[in-house]
Amino acid sequence: MIISVASGKGGTGKTLVATSLALSLKESHKVQILDCDVEEPNDHILLRPDLTGCEIVCLPVPRVDEINCNYCGMCADVCAYRAIAVFPKNILVFPQLCHGCGACGYLCPVRAISYEPKEIGMVETGDACDIHFVHGKLSVGEPMPVPIIKRVKKYILSQCVNIIDVSPGTSCPMVASVRNSDFCLLVTEPTPFGLHDLKLAVAVVKELQIPCGVVLNRAGVGDSGVEDYCRKEDIPVMLTIPFDMEIARLYSRGITLAEGMPQWKVQFVHLFDAIQERAREGNRCPKR
Amino acid sequence: MKEIVVLSGKGGTGKTSIAGAFAVLAENKVLVDCDVDAADLHLILKPSVRETHEFWSGQVAIIDQKRCTRCGLCVERCRFEAISDFTIDQVSCEGCGFCARICPENAITMQKTMSGHWHRSDTDYGTLVHAELGVAQENSGKLVALIRKQARQIAETQKADLIISDGPPGIGCPVISSLSGASLALLVTEPTLSGMHDLERVLQLCQHFNVPTAVCINKYDINGENTRQIERYCDDENVKVVARVPFDAAVTEAIAHGVPVVVYSEGTASREIRHLWHNVVMMLDGVQKDE
Repeated sequence: MIISVASGKGGTGKTLVATSLALSLKESHKVQILDCDVEEPNDHILLRPDLTGCEIVCLPVPRVDEINCNYCGMCADVCAYRAIAVFPKNILVFPQLCHGCGACGYLCPVRAISYEPKEIGMVETGDACDIHFVHGKLSVGEPMPVPIIKRVKKYILSQCVNIIDVSPGTSCPMVASVRNSDFCLLVTEPTPFGLHDLKLAVAVVKELQIPCGVVLNRAGVGDSGVEDYCRKEDIPVMLTIPFDMEIARLYSRGITLAEGMPQWKVQFVHLFDAIQERAREGNRCPKR
Repeated sequence: MKEIVVLSGKGGTGKTSIAGAFAVLAENKVLVDCDVDAADLHLILKPSVRETHEFWSGQVAIIDQKRCTRCGLCVERCRFEAISDFTIDQVSCEGCGFCARICPENAITMQKTMSGHWHRSDTDYGTLVHAELGVAQENSGKLVALIRKQARQIAETQKADLIISDGPPGIGCPVISSLSGASLALLVTEPTLSGMHDLERVLQLCQHFNVPTAVCINKYDINGENTRQIERYCDDENVKVVARVPFDAAVTEAIAHGVPVVVYSEGTASREIRHLWHNVVMMLDGVQKDE
């Protein structure tokens, strides 16, 4: 089972929900948490795993052998990302723009291009009190998180409950993280910002045909827009966490809801039961 | 002309509330919302849209099943695992066009994709350039670059001397696109362990791109010890902490009312944000003038 925890808007409590869910299920299930927010991974701060494995993620970027190159310009012509510029007696490669597609080397008529791995980040694995832990980290200055997210997701174990913590937003990193989930939890807050970004996230999840439900965090502040929207769109609000200074203070010290307020554990177990139910219903609908 | 970009690393630390307040406090400026994934600035600035433009960017491959002989070369060569059963998975396809070039039957064509829209709008506080990326689209970095360029052109025409930019969370492609060449990055953080961790990464990014930075600690009173630690860290990194904004329910109430916080309330947060703006102006005066 794969449950992704996404939100659209940042800072709504994805990490708090993902880690608390993992901690609440670990006694009854094999649980693995995969932090796919590779730009700003935070799950390790709350779960404090013992990291034992590390895999460097590289992209193959072109290196031009200038002795063989005849500056014909084919490589620059085929590169959709403008990562190569060819001048009459000079050639420049911009590794930051390269997506590593391999077209330039394959199509070079004089075979002057080879590839060298460029490190763009890493995946670390370990154990956090009986929870399998995996997270990806994009190197600072590198623009492309998606190859790292894909590598993190290779660690998904079919016999586990896999909980994926997703980066905020609704573009390529969010899509890459959420894809192929059995269920997507959308964490939001009851403000116009929360509602606006929730709608965007719902549109993506629907496009991907993944069943979803909402966790309403910091309930009590703001307005009733999110609840009205969920009612109208028939999206279940599966858990409501009230605004509580104590929760905010605990979180500021890196303490999850499941640890700091253990009475919440049972709520997360119920949440998981409801997710299983909904995911089963969702899977009966044809997936593309 | 100068440009200040509000960033944070971690989402939800208050970037948009602060950028929205700056919109009220600054004179003679153009506003731009660079969080094209989940743009929210318009929700408090209530723009009247004057122009809407389509954003065409990137391409995806299409296989003509009538011509395809299932030779498998495209599947073998695609580094993005975007082809299965001789059908292109449009979400995984990164539009490199490799498959279309090598297909021996010329069965693959590349189709341009419309990835979103951008708008030029009027607000009570000046022109706002904002955008929305289409559902499950990529190229957010390019859209950010485009709207920043538009904002700059508008600022030149209006003889505005400042661009205020509300940035996206994270440190990846759209953040780099928002940051490069800016005069000052204001990093909004909160005294949580996550906020501190993410601040370090976004600060490293600013240093990497040589953009001057200042830090604002939002909701500083949630954890006094963490706030002191951020201040010590910034001191070590030679970065100025320009404001400590207290937790104030008025900030969320202002969002719910759809107005900038400094318009909604004269409470503790608003007062400190006015002080923050004063410090930011002084820093902007100090940074070197852009061409």
